[in-house]
Amino acid sequence: MSDQNLYERYHRQIILPEFGEEGQQKLLKTKILVIGAGGLGCPALQYLTAAGIGTIAIVDDDVVALNNLHRQVLYSVNDIGLSKAKRAAHILQQLNPEIKIISYNERLATQNALTLIDDFDIIIDGTDNFSTRYMINDACVLLNKPLVYGAISQFEGQVCVFRNKKEEDVNYRDIFPDPPKDGEVLNCAEAGVLGVLPGIIGTMMANETIKMITGIGEPLIDQLFTYNALNNQVYILKLSARKETRSLIPKDKKEFLKIDYEWLCAAPVQQNEIDSDIFNRMMVKGNIDVIDVRELHEMPTVNEFNHIRVPLAQLADNTSLIKSDTVIAFCQSGKRSLQAAKILSGIFGNSKKIYSLRGGIVEWKKHQQPV
Amino acid sequence: MSIKIILFGKLADIAGEAVSVDNVADTDSLINALHNDYPEFAKTKYVIAVDRQVIKENTVLSKKSMVALLPPFSGG
Repeated sequence: MSDQNLYERYHRQIILPEFGEEGQQKLLKTKILVIGAGGLGCPALQYLTAAGIGTIAIVDDDVVALNNLHRQVLYSVNDIGLSKAKRAAHILQQLNPEIKIISYNERLATQNALTLIDDFDIIIDGTDNFSTRYMINDACVLLNKPLVYGAISQFEGQVCVFRNKKEEDVNYRDIFPDPPKDGEVLNCAEAGVLGVLPGIIGTMMANETIKMITGIGEPLIDQLFTYNALNNQVYILKLSARKETRSLIPKDKKEFLKIDYEWLCAAPVQQNEIDSDIFNRMMVKGNIDVIDVRELHEMPTVNEFNHIRVPLAQLADNTSLIKSDTVIAFCQSGKRSLQAAKILSGIFGNSKKIYSLRGGIVEWKKHQQPV
Repeated sequence: MSIKIILFGKLADIAGEAVSVDNVADTDSLINALHNDYPEFAKTKYVIAVDRQVIKENTVLSKKSMVALLPPFSGG
């Protein structure tokens, strides 16, 4: 891009006296990582892309579902069943072809978190579960990476900036030292969320990021901003670092890798998972479509019950094969079938009951009486 | 002495956006009184703020104190 075009694209922010060409150059030199391309990630990504952040990476292993579209405004019905990270990268690149956009269609886990986060200047947490949030917090403290945090529930949102420069800087565990256990908080699927709320909170996260990079204004450092979309009440809490928090964060990378964040947060079992017993009882009742989403060559073969075979990658294009109101997907271990259930739920919404066989066909075969 | 407490998230779903507690001198006794009135609070995780400052230790309250209880959110 020529300097003239560059100047024109960002002209309306460059002419802000606090911002100037210097502010624009800072944005163009910055590399950010957005974790989660969902309700918070979509608006944050749109504004950060438009503002001209030099490099934006998106990490998300999820696929677009119909019930995402009321709040995840980057996507359209044509994206259902497709990777959020890939679709978001493609759509954003069209908005601003002059910046570098990278997509990671994978789940952030202890194994890849440190390597990934270490490559970027600012991390943006738009995830939807506590296990990933605590993992991101700990990784950012370990690697001294600034973290822009946002979270939502029903009609309320929270935003906070953790600088993570010095030992005495506040991090998320200074507010909530330990992750909540099952039942202590509601998750989005149980609690619901007003579509426009993540739009507001995600946009605020983009704003905090731009302020951090350019040095203008007062980012929400050591302050937890809360917003209620129903009554427009804003409440800002002052935070302070606590010595005790340090002992909760892994001392080094080796210790980090040993922590099982999923277990720590007691992630609830997926509601639409069924075990072998329930599967068999449902089969007796009948009127069910069972789908094997494994590749066609995969063993063991299944001839104990009627089913159709549609490999996961082709599922979204072959939904016309599904006739019954109850659908059970299975695969080898129960992982791909969960993804399949998600894709199908996205397409059929509440019009069909969709389940995934936990433990897959391997577990099911173990539970059968020898013939 | 009556203290007004502002509630957020799940706590507000249980008890409304604000509640009052009488005759409490510090945050420990305030929390005890609240858990008595609303047993579901005891099963919920939240942070306590006095005059907008997050506190972790028992804190003396005056009648001007503004207390807020805020649960963590995970949604995104």
